[in-house]
Amino acid sequence: MRIQRPGPVAVALALLVGIFLLLPLLAVVPISFTPGRLLTLPKGSLSLMHYRTLFENPDWLSGILLSARIGLFTSVISTVLATSFALGIWMLQPRFSQVLVGFVLLPMIVPPVVSAMTLYFLLTGMSQMSHSIGFDSVIGVTLAHVVMTVPFAVVMVLVALAQVDRRIDLAARGMGASVAQRIVHVILPTIAFGVATAALLVFVLSWEEIGVTLFITSVDAITLPRLMWMGLRDNVDPAIAAISVVLIVVTLVILLARMAFQRRPEFEEE
Amino acid sequence: MRSSSALWPTLALTAPLVLFLAFAYAVPFLGVALWSVTLPEPGLGQYERLVGDPLVQSVFLRTFRICLIVTVIAVACAYAVTYVWVRGSRLQRRLIEICIFVPFWISLLTRAFGWLVLLSTRGIVNSSLQVLGLTDGPLALVRNEPSVIAGMVHVLIPFAVLPLASAMRTVDERMLLAARGMGASRLRIFWSVFLPLTLPGVIGATLIVFVFSLGFFVTPAILGGGRSIMVAELVYLRMFQSPDWGLGAAISVALVVIVAALMGLLARFARLGLMGGGR
Repeated sequence: MRIQRPGPVAVALALLVGIFLLLPLLAVVPISFTPGRLLTLPKGSLSLMHYRTLFENPDWLSGILLSARIGLFTSVISTVLATSFALGIWMLQPRFSQVLVGFVLLPMIVPPVVSAMTLYFLLTGMSQMSHSIGFDSVIGVTLAHVVMTVPFAVVMVLVALAQVDRRIDLAARGMGASVAQRIVHVILPTIAFGVATAALLVFVLSWEEIGVTLFITSVDAITLPRLMWMGLRDNVDPAIAAISVVLIVVTLVILLARMAFQRRPEFEEE
Repeated sequence: MRSSSALWPTLALTAPLVLFLAFAYAVPFLGVALWSVTLPEPGLGQYERLVGDPLVQSVFLRTFRICLIVTVIAVACAYAVTYVWVRGSRLQRRLIEICIFVPFWISLLTRAFGWLVLLSTRGIVNSSLQVLGLTDGPLALVRNEPSVIAGMVHVLIPFAVLPLASAMRTVDERMLLAARGMGASRLRIFWSVFLPLTLPGVIGATLIVFVFSLGFFVTPAILGGGRSIMVAELVYLRMFQSPDWGLGAAISVALVVIVAALMGLLARFARLGLMGGGR
């Protein structure tokens, strides 16, 4: 029970911050329907021309498809690597667990620009071997995205594992189940929701990744964020408003879907 | 409970990711560190420039200044929303959750674009001000430092919310009850009891937000319009506009050292049990 509810001052301040947080997202919506080439509020008539551009201009379409493809690959690879790693840490509690977890979380903590330079070094080196796996290639971008997203997947799966009752695993082990059997029949079914959430998060992170992608692509692997970046830096193209609205709607749908599947959190009080 | 037979499964499960990151992250980082002492010529010349070159210095100073301002504003804003999120009614909590977590999942580019739409010369804020007759011409609201700060605060508030929330959840209600029983006013209870009890969360949030803000690239690059560049953008420019990879690499190494020092500080707070939320 709370003896003190937030007073009117606290609520008013929180409201202002809440408006500040939603404002830039809401502002994009009317601009996307403007009939002109400028970033102005539509006066009188609304137009869908910028949405049409997204489907008619081959650049946008190929950027969307490329980002979706890289996002899917990244999601699968990151989630498998992270789940395997987290299972190893949780089930077997190896010595130096903390050091190992700290090591795999590094790409999340190190400033993105440093990671970008590091991956640029890696991929230009790999380009020496073959152009299809290094700088400015789909495989190269996927590799970089796996590095950048895998720490988030590890955190999500470790959080899911922390809520598992160890006794069910001990029971399986006591009855003679092998490590593989414990994983497949006992633990994975229990953390399935956490693993699915990790896969979803990784997809979203890869789909919108720009900080690193900017360093490791030039003309061939133009992902959607890379395309948006070019449109934002030069003269701002209102088609970006349309794609932004599409992205916001897609994110909202994903979040709502996730909420619908989620079990009610247990700390809900009152 | 560890048994020697568990060694092989442990290796099989954890090794793929550890090896992958060793190959794709740790080794290339050493390569970048090597660049910093070999390009354009072997030696510590790039590190001398780091402390001696006025341009590099001014960029570092600007970055620290902007990041400090951003951190203070972001943590204060986050404190207000977290307070209502943790202690408010059910409806208030739901609304706050939407405000915090929906923007969190939206791309940095979309959010930076949102600020451009709001603040540009023909943008929503300027046209509203002119329609209301408050200003004659458009104000320069974007491509300057305040707009960079606004954009960065917007991105960083959600990162401050979680440590603050875990500190606020551990506050013992009986302390507040005792303060009220002794006749303290609402403000007094907040200022003399609640705020000091949540101070460890504030320190944690401050360090996390500051560390994250140091490496910001996309938001300042778009909202700053190339005028007030920060460290991350300087690295980008040194890589792709005036090829000066040695300096870019030296800045990267310096950033990692700063971040490592700050994270060490954070770990010390956590170990001393000052972070709260350790339950």
